[in-house]
Amino acid sequence: MNTAFFSYLANLALALLLAPLLFGVINRVKAKVAGRHGKPLLQTYYDLAKLFRKSEVISPTTGLFFQLAPALQLVAILAALCLLPLGGNASPLAFAGDFLLAAYLLGLGRFAMIVAALETGSSFEGMGASREAAFSALAEPIFFLAISVLTSLHLDLGETHDWAFSLSLLFGGQSAGAWLSGKFELLLLPIVFFLLLLVENSRIPVDDPTTHLELTMIHEVMILDHSGPNLALILYASALKLWFFASLVAGLLVPDLGAMGFLLWIAVIFLVACAIGLVESSMARLRLKRVTTFLGGACAMAALVLIFSQMR
Amino acid sequence: MPFFLAALGIFALSALACLVPSLLRPSKQSAHLANVLGLLGTLAGSVCGLLALFWPGQPPLASFQAQLGLPFGTFSLALDGTSRIFLVPVFGLGLLCAIQGFLSLRHERPSQHNLGVHWLFYLLLLLGLTLVLSARDIVLFLISWEIMSLAPFFLIDFNDSDSRVRDASWVYLVAAHLGAVALLAFFVLFWQCTGSLSWQTPVTNLTETQRTLLFVLALAGFGAKAGLAPMHIWLPEAHPAAPSHVSALLSGAMINAGLYGIIRTVSLLSPKGIPPEWWGWLILLLGLGTALMGILKALAQSNVKRLLAYSSVENMGIMTMGLGCAMIGQSLGNGWMALAGLAACLMHMLNHATFKGLLFLAAGEVLHATGTVNMAQLGGLAKKMPVLAACFATGCAAIACLPPFNGFTGELTLALSLLDGSSLASTERQMALLLSFAALCAISGLALTLYAKAYGMVFLGSARSGFAENVHQKSWHGIWPLMVLALGCLALGLLARFVFLGTGMAAAELFPMQTLTGFSQARTSLDQSLTTVAAISGCVLLATALLVALRKHTLHRRGIRFMPTWACGYQRGTSRIEYTDASFTEPLARVLSPLMGQKVSISQEPGLFPRYSQLLVKAPDRLRRYVYGPLFAAIESVCNALKIFQHGKIHLYILYILATVVGLLIWGLV
Repeated sequence: MNTAFFSYLANLALALLLAPLLFGVINRVKAKVAGRHGKPLLQTYYDLAKLFRKSEVISPTTGLFFQLAPALQLVAILAALCLLPLGGNASPLAFAGDFLLAAYLLGLGRFAMIVAALETGSSFEGMGASREAAFSALAEPIFFLAISVLTSLHLDLGETHDWAFSLSLLFGGQSAGAWLSGKFELLLLPIVFFLLLLVENSRIPVDDPTTHLELTMIHEVMILDHSGPNLALILYASALKLWFFASLVAGLLVPDLGAMGFLLWIAVIFLVACAIGLVESSMARLRLKRVTTFLGGACAMAALVLIFSQMR
Repeated sequence: MPFFLAALGIFALSALACLVPSLLRPSKQSAHLANVLGLLGTLAGSVCGLLALFWPGQPPLASFQAQLGLPFGTFSLALDGTSRIFLVPVFGLGLLCAIQGFLSLRHERPSQHNLGVHWLFYLLLLLGLTLVLSARDIVLFLISWEIMSLAPFFLIDFNDSDSRVRDASWVYLVAAHLGAVALLAFFVLFWQCTGSLSWQTPVTNLTETQRTLLFVLALAGFGAKAGLAPMHIWLPEAHPAAPSHVSALLSGAMINAGLYGIIRTVSLLSPKGIPPEWWGWLILLLGLGTALMGILKALAQSNVKRLLAYSSVENMGIMTMGLGCAMIGQSLGNGWMALAGLAACLMHMLNHATFKGLLFLAAGEVLHATGTVNMAQLGGLAKKMPVLAACFATGCAAIACLPPFNGFTGELTLALSLLDGSSLASTERQMALLLSFAALCAISGLALTLYAKAYGMVFLGSARSGFAENVHQKSWHGIWPLMVLALGCLALGLLARFVFLGTGMAAAELFPMQTLTGFSQARTSLDQSLTTVAAISGCVLLATALLVALRKHTLHRRGIRFMPTWACGYQRGTSRIEYTDASFTEPLARVLSPLMGQKVSISQEPGLFPRYSQLLVKAPDRLRRYVYGPLFAAIESVCNALKIFQHGKIHLYILYILATVVGLLIWGLV
């Protein structure tokens, strides 16, 4: 127990440490594709350090919750991350149904940020909040369809209920073993989770984090009124959220390799970041109307995997 | 049992006592007397009731019998696990709603409302509910069902000077009685088929047709009370019209009686405790349809109380899904699904009573403070009423199934029950259950949007109209029952393990599921899951508090500057360009508006510079408009046509009698 526990803690520490680097990697990839040199890889760390040292400017329209929300969101995402298997090690907190807790903890964070955005009374932030609420509500069934494929797969493989309903098994390497042994339809799942990553982390083609017009944004426009340490908490929380979704993809792709498996995990997570960079360089943001089509496509894909794997 | 009988006696006696002030001349004193009598009666009765439920060392099945004094039927009561669980919201919520009602009715004018009558029917409702949930004789059950169904009519009709309120209470009365007709038919058939008046012993000697007919009749009768689609239309009418402490009690405790009826019927009619599989599927499908319809209609509403009413429909749907899933599990021998499904149904019922009671009471306070519950006219109330805002926010987070509150625990149990569908025998079954799992998650995703909207539009931002600006403030003394309910949401979330064990025990009494595979495993692992959830939730709360304290500490020296909200370059933002409830749901409505039934109409002056323009977003209930409206109009025209025979002339009536007698004579001769 002890070695597994410590290696989990080490992986968690690594996640907490390396998560802001993902943004650096994405930016560097985009810059290289565009033929620029780009920002320093560690820019997010510099930003975080700078923001933590600053004071805050707050709108008088807001209330107490506005100041709590970023902390609540960060803690909720952190707790969700602690439920994931990291680097091939099962989470010490794993229990039957932890995927639901993780998803709803992310929901708690989202709820906090939406409410904080509405608290400013700005129509722009209301706009961002309404879009965030709508798209994540539509993304919810996709996530759970994909999860239900995995749980039924592992119940069929003869796992106990306790274990088959836990993220630590679903994303702990055994799923990768299943597609390696010939269930190739499962390879659609990492794609589904990658699309969900784009939606939930407000990346192109759903949202453009670098756009300059508030009218077209989703996530960035929600946090217009945050500043200083609170903005730093939000920035760090979005880095952790990106790490969370990237590890979902990694958990499906990397088979159980034993002690050194975590290197491959980290590599896959950074490859996902590169993939995001490539997607962002090759596509423009979709019109908001088309985002639902995009989500519909992801949903159809998840349903397809479910049908394929149940028909076997 | 003595405590329980005492509770019944207190409810009945204090209802009678409330007659006294209702007959007095309306004055300040009589209103005050009625208020105090009503409160004391509810207080004493509910406390006795709660003692009866939770007194340690009781037998699992306590019963009492006496003669009713009628030619048939006995006064037979019993308390088993299921009755006890359903009685908890009746006493608990009944008590808190009465206190809140007392606090808000103090300010009513005695000349406008007869408070004695109001409290009389409030106490009768509690009495009726208590009897319905404990009666073990079908005659007694029907009598108490009628008391329970009639009393709300008078409660809803409180503000009877408003024609919309009168309309709403009529809709309620019609719905309640159509349901009661089905129930009457059900009980007569039940009595005829079984030959017994007992509402306790499982029925064995039924043919397949009789069983099916009984099941369908019960589903119609009890379903109308529970608000299952398409019989839900009275809820969105009655809840906004009723005073808020009444809506809270109706939504948190009374509609559960419908669910109780369905559960009891299924458990009594199932041959050897195993319901036919298609019953389970039908109920699951009904629940799913109800839940989806409820949440989509709720999203389109701009009246907070109407929104909450549709959300009650949604939550009843979720509970019904749990029951359906449990029945499928029971009939196919899957103990995991049976236990988790039924426990989830009962857990969600208890949770729903806490947060929906809280939300309705809070909506009532908003109405009291501002004079409206229309979201487009509210906003910015959190600054003026922070305690109320915190309570409402807690209720919203709980009903949106967010940890650490109680809504999440029922959702988790139900989701795991549905997910185990993949271990059933055929692909169709697996797919159906997994897809309902995904639909359940979609519903709670939409619930998050819905309640972010409700809280945001009512309490946050800046005031959208004079209603929200000139607020009649109230200190926390006036709303402390809400704080109790808010704490209850958190406590039930953190102690969900015990709720699960209790509801699980009741579930195992209803259906023989202990011997099924997966039963004990479900009990241990769900117990463990809920314990871990509570631990993690506690850690999340602690860590957040720590982080907030840390931030406060670091910012202490640097200081915080206050500047107006960034309006993207515009110099002065006004509340006229604030997002409203309709604009908040617009991205979803773009996709779902055919399902939500939302109608948008724009009227604008022609020309390049229109001075006047108006945008209307409405979501009328299509069932009421296109199905029930025409149906009742047709019935009315048929009845009008029959007026040829009814014209009030006595000699013609005597002719009818003569004709009938002659006809009967001729029939007798032939």
